[in-house]
Amino acid sequence: MTLTVAGEKKEYKEGITVSELIDVENVETPEYVSVSVNEEFIQRDDFPTTALKEGDVVEFLYFMGGGC
Amino acid sequence: MAELKHVTIKKSDLDKIITYAFRELPDEACGMIGGFDHEDGTREIKEVYLMTNVDHTNEHFSMDPREQLAVIKDIRSKGYQLLGNWHSHPESPSRSSQEDIRLAFDSKVSYLILSLMDREHPVLNSFHCEGGISTKESLTIVD
Repeated sequence: MTLTVAGEKKEYKEGITVSELIDVENVETPEYVSVSVNEEFIQRDDFPTTALKEGDVVEFLYFMGGGC
Repeated sequence: MAELKHVTIKKSDLDKIITYAFRELPDEACGMIGGFDHEDGTREIKEVYLMTNVDHTNEHFSMDPREQLAVIKDIRSKGYQLLGNWHSHPESPSRSSQEDIRLAFDSKVSYLILSLMDREHPVLNSFHCEGGISTKESLTIVD
């Protein structure tokens, strides 16, 4: 099935979960990444059980912060 | 370590960041940047975004994930790529602090730091952060 991940359309296995997608995409420091699907944030506890569907739009958002 | 980028920013976008950072004093100001990563290693900033420092202090900054998502949506709609973020140092130099390095979780983007320590001469630098090390990237201001 086709998903749009970080702005790019790609093919993935049917029913891939958010956790699996994070692995497949080799997301750096995933513990600091929020995930949105179709502009809705997914709770971290739900990553392993949230299956993605054809046409879903996924964004990985890194925590952005710093000091001085 | 990934190859360092050659970052370019328009003078008008630099001025936009400086104006906003002064307006937000005494707090740190922050935002994101979008544009194009070219095959020759040039990272061309096409758009700078002025965002909310939800910490509202002069010692650190954090972004609101919902505002980040809105910016990413705009970046995608314009066909740009997310190139990184920027923030100001109201009272310290334009270099990555220990906290900046610790919180730089994405090695694929650039981290721009605007120093307002010398109010008459703001300084902007760009950094690549990876593996706990911050390396200055080349930054060119273009018309």
